[in-house]
Amino acid sequence: MSFHPLMVYDRDHFHRSERTRLDEGKAFTFTPERRAALDDLLTKYPPDQKRSAVLAALYLVQEQEGYLTANGMRHVAGILEMTPAEVEDVATYYVMFFRERVGKYVLQVCRTLSCALAGAERVTEALSEKLGIKVGETDPSGMFTLLEFECLGACDRAPIVMVNNEHWHERVRPQDAGRLVDDIRARGVAAFNGCHLKLEKS
Amino acid sequence: MMEPILTRYVREPNSYTLDFFLKHQGYDGLKKALGMAPNDVIEAVKASGLRGRGGAGFPTGLKWQFVLKDTPKPKYICCNADESEPGTFKDHLLMERNPHLLFEGCLIGCWAIGAKVAYIYIRGEFYHVQKIMEAELAKAYAQGYVGKNIMGSGFDCDIVIHRGAGAYEAGEETALIESLEGKRAQPRIKPPFPAVAGLYNAPTAVNNVETLCNLPAILTNGAAWFTSLGPEKNGGPKLFCVSGHVKKPGVFEATMKTTLRELIFDHAGGLRDGHKLKAVIPGGSSVPILLPEQLDIPASFDDVAKAGSMLGSAGIIVMDETTCMVWVARNLLHFYKHESCGKCTPCREGGDWLLKILTRLENGEGEMRDIDLLVSVGGNIAGKTLCAFGDAAATPALTTVKHFRAEFEAHVREGRCTLPADWRASKTPVGAH
Repeated sequence: MSFHPLMVYDRDHFHRSERTRLDEGKAFTFTPERRAALDDLLTKYPPDQKRSAVLAALYLVQEQEGYLTANGMRHVAGILEMTPAEVEDVATYYVMFFRERVGKYVLQVCRTLSCALAGAERVTEALSEKLGIKVGETDPSGMFTLLEFECLGACDRAPIVMVNNEHWHERVRPQDAGRLVDDIRARGVAAFNGCHLKLEKS
Repeated sequence: MMEPILTRYVREPNSYTLDFFLKHQGYDGLKKALGMAPNDVIEAVKASGLRGRGGAGFPTGLKWQFVLKDTPKPKYICCNADESEPGTFKDHLLMERNPHLLFEGCLIGCWAIGAKVAYIYIRGEFYHVQKIMEAELAKAYAQGYVGKNIMGSGFDCDIVIHRGAGAYEAGEETALIESLEGKRAQPRIKPPFPAVAGLYNAPTAVNNVETLCNLPAILTNGAAWFTSLGPEKNGGPKLFCVSGHVKKPGVFEATMKTTLRELIFDHAGGLRDGHKLKAVIPGGSSVPILLPEQLDIPASFDDVAKAGSMLGSAGIIVMDETTCMVWVARNLLHFYKHESCGKCTPCREGGDWLLKILTRLENGEGEMRDIDLLVSVGGNIAGKTLCAFGDAAATPALTTVKHFRAEFEAHVREGRCTLPADWRASKTPVGAH
């Protein structure tokens, strides 16, 4: 059965929505510092619009647990006066939230056109080969997760690898990608070349 | 070449700090605005003809004028700092190196429309930029440039930086508002427009970063100065982002009199040695391709539209002769399929179909009828969705078939990609995230 006269639309080509079961995780309450940070954020929105802080709250859950757990989301729902389903609705939409355990370093390689023209596909291949994992997987040591991301908005410094939603490594050449992995193992976040200060004259 | 206005100091050490900003006419435009009646500020911006720099090119003064005046509700400025259009990275530079200019622009906007809060919705991936901005915002609060009784004028206004979490669609103004309200970034049915019912159902103006950054100079130097900088109806300084196969990719500030060819060959240093220009996407990945012979036109909203494309967000992506256009279409449809918010069926399903057909073609498994199928599916997405995403998603498929149909046919005839390049993956297309 096809909705379009020319479209192959058999069992293998059928577009299915995916309903993922979220990991329950450990029992969850924010640490006092994170709870205070969230309460502070809530003052920036009208008192009847607590929901506006949901992305910020989910980042805090992710910071505490490493990924978003169902228990963490229920805790957020309680604080922001949302239903757990509403929180899950938001959490499953945005790509910067991880819904399963990830490695200590999540390598997010930009794959969109400008980075791809500058060799991003080769960078991903080199990282994949070096780590012995495919895109979307975590290596057995739990140190690295390899992901592809869509345009990160720094096409002049392509190809870009973002790490842990925060650190940037720019102008990565495929031949350097393996060395970057070794460098992260040795020096942690100090291995990333960042960006903004490179612009300055002095 | 013009003297840069917005990016004049971006390469100077510490140009992002409040001290540096104050030494270089910082907050002068705001001071001027606070000495004027709000309506006069709107009139000044209207007279300047400033057009939105986010992509649509809609006149900013008009947008503000539409913001409902007689209402008991609070009003809001939402700054669209969700810069996500592939090929665009100008707001990134402005926020990283000149955050106070944006704060000043936000405050001028708030004064003009009568808002007491500006929310800067910054994409989650720019967290390194956000940290710089937050530190600078705290300084501006401490020295009385933001917050209560700004510069002794009696005007109170807050600025809040709100972090997104990875969604291209959040750059659409009503989707941005939804996201700011703590929901999925999906567009709303319009009308009502944000000017009537926006954030928290209150009158709201959504403005791009670069748009707001133009306001201080308009107030300081006047509308006539601003209009004189460009072709008619395309005044002011403009930031152009050139990326792809050029020697010096980067952000270049110029007037919209500058031609696309000058931007690519003079500003960005031309193509890599020994390579020839094949195609240019002039305004971010959502706009139709221009061919090398179409580049001798001013890079203005109106001239690029006349040539059959759009200036959009001025993200100029340059491709040389090693670029397979089937691969380009597939790369971009992967993006649009991934980023579709899923609200409208034509875009949600059609984007996926286009990607599947293009993957088939790129892998040499396509049939000749697949090429017409692309055009048919694309035509059934464009113009049939709530927001412009649908048109944007269909464009890469439609424009590549239009200009490079022979390449698609060669893929089918030879059963393989006929233009593999050494900078592309050596194996089959890498997996999807």
